[in-house]
Amino acid sequence: MSGNEAMGLGAFTAGCRFYAGYPITPQNELTAYMASCMRLPGRTFVQAESELAAINMVFGASAAGFRTMTSSSSPGISLKQEGISYLAGAQLPAVIINVSRGGPGLGNIASSQSDYFQSTRGGGHGDYFTPVLSPWSVEEAFNLAILAFDVADFYRTPVLVLADAIIGQMMEPINLNRKPLIRNRKPKRWSLTGAKNRPPNIVKSFFLQEGLLEEHNLLLEKKWQKIKLREQRSSIYGKKKVDCLIVAYGSQARIARQAVDVLSCQGIKAGLFRPITLWPYPDKALKKAASLARKIVVVEQSLGQMDEDVRLALPNKEINFLGKTGGGIPSSLEIVKFVKKLTKN
Amino acid sequence: MNKKYNRPESLRDSDTHYCPGCGHGIIHHLVARAVDELKIRQKVIGVAPVGCAVVAYDYWNFDVCEASHGRALAVATGIKRCRPKNIVFTYQGDGDLASIGAAETLHAANRGENVTCIFINNACYGMTGGQMAPTTIIGQKTATTPSGRNPFAGDGWPLKLSEILSTLKGVCFAVRTSVSNPRQVHQAYDYIKKAFCSQIDKKGFSLVEVLSPCPTIWQKTPVEAMQWIETEMIKEFPLGVIKE
Repeated sequence: MSGNEAMGLGAFTAGCRFYAGYPITPQNELTAYMASCMRLPGRTFVQAESELAAINMVFGASAAGFRTMTSSSSPGISLKQEGISYLAGAQLPAVIINVSRGGPGLGNIASSQSDYFQSTRGGGHGDYFTPVLSPWSVEEAFNLAILAFDVADFYRTPVLVLADAIIGQMMEPINLNRKPLIRNRKPKRWSLTGAKNRPPNIVKSFFLQEGLLEEHNLLLEKKWQKIKLREQRSSIYGKKKVDCLIVAYGSQARIARQAVDVLSCQGIKAGLFRPITLWPYPDKALKKAASLARKIVVVEQSLGQMDEDVRLALPNKEINFLGKTGGGIPSSLEIVKFVKKLTKN
Repeated sequence: MNKKYNRPESLRDSDTHYCPGCGHGIIHHLVARAVDELKIRQKVIGVAPVGCAVVAYDYWNFDVCEASHGRALAVATGIKRCRPKNIVFTYQGDGDLASIGAAETLHAANRGENVTCIFINNACYGMTGGQMAPTTIIGQKTATTPSGRNPFAGDGWPLKLSEILSTLKGVCFAVRTSVSNPRQVHQAYDYIKKAFCSQIDKKGFSLVEVLSPCPTIWQKTPVEAMQWIETEMIKEFPLGVIKE
């Protein structure tokens, strides 16, 4: 199945009860998949009038205590930023899937990784972060969609799943025999169910009186610290001690993996460090992997966004960047050439 | 001696921040009383707007959700679709509902979402200092129409959203009322109750537009503000049932 469909299946499997979406390429297969599997008793599909309406419907569904999701692509995710900020402020769990494409503006419909800043620096207004999960295969897209709901519920936060257009569109077999682990199904005592036999609940992100918002945001900050401590995820491919460590994520990591293999055949020891969580950025694991590498190369489908996080994590290392923008994709041959030139010295 | 008239259980015993002569105090009370009389306090979920009534949840005694500006009906859609047995209503000003929220309002009504919308029309944006709203009447001076609203200078005409929505099949009940005199207050109460009943009976989208005084922005005394509704606003926004 395609990455888009796999994320839909993951959401359904995780118990997503409300989905609102809007057509936008390249994630229309996901919306269509949700339309077919969510029109069942106990589950709801709504094609909203806009991405803006969809994120606000998700706000309502989450406030009502249900697992809920919306999806879009880059320009539509821009539209959702106000809603995501509100979700973060009101501490409402939700999953937002971005199948990213070229930007800025209407851009194009090709794969791009230029939403990294938007995804990992809050994205909307205010002091907040959202965990970001990024798959590199159809099967991982399925699993991360499920994980997203768990993380969202456990920490009471919106969670972003950042797949690019290639991951969304590509078709791969997935193994459904393993029963996925679904955690965090505790009752949500804060949710709006009707004030029966309890004092009323209020869901809000508004704290007007002096000092209250600061207090609230410091509470949120504690949450970000907890997530940073516990939820960093990454993987390594190739040798540990290398001439060159390539850092890439999503579909670009698939391409980089091939480059690592080609380089190994040509006698150059290369490895791939692949972040799976883009926020919190797995800097602990990156520092460890980079300590055994002579050179670091960051490869992205952008003008250099994750590049900044790598530089932040490795202040004493020389970081080399290879990227293409606007739908351009650094090929494995280009990566091999770049690394060879770099390691010639 | 039996107590015949109490503070509704659904209305908290707290001072509100509203201006003297504001309609919100009256209308919050009417909503609370209707909720009590229909015995739905433990089932009702309100959605608060952005505007003067942003903190309505501090005055009602039932579950309430905030919404970003204009999106209350999208939030209400999410809540009601997940919890169809709960009674879900939004409480929105004219800017919230008919300007920034126009699309959400139109489409929630068009989908026939089984929710109730209480639409507070004070012909301006009160909270932010009295800017022109879609319902500002022609010639009305506001912070953004200092020489008076002029449709021929690009300000547009007063928007009659209740009439527009009444053309949609998904809307089962639409009425315009006011709180400008005691008889009107009673009538507004009856209509709010009727709207909630149509939700209980699963008839579709219900809308109660309430012309509400805003003495501070209109720069009138509370009594003058009530009179202005009856002499000027009603000419542009006639009262009565628009659809049932």
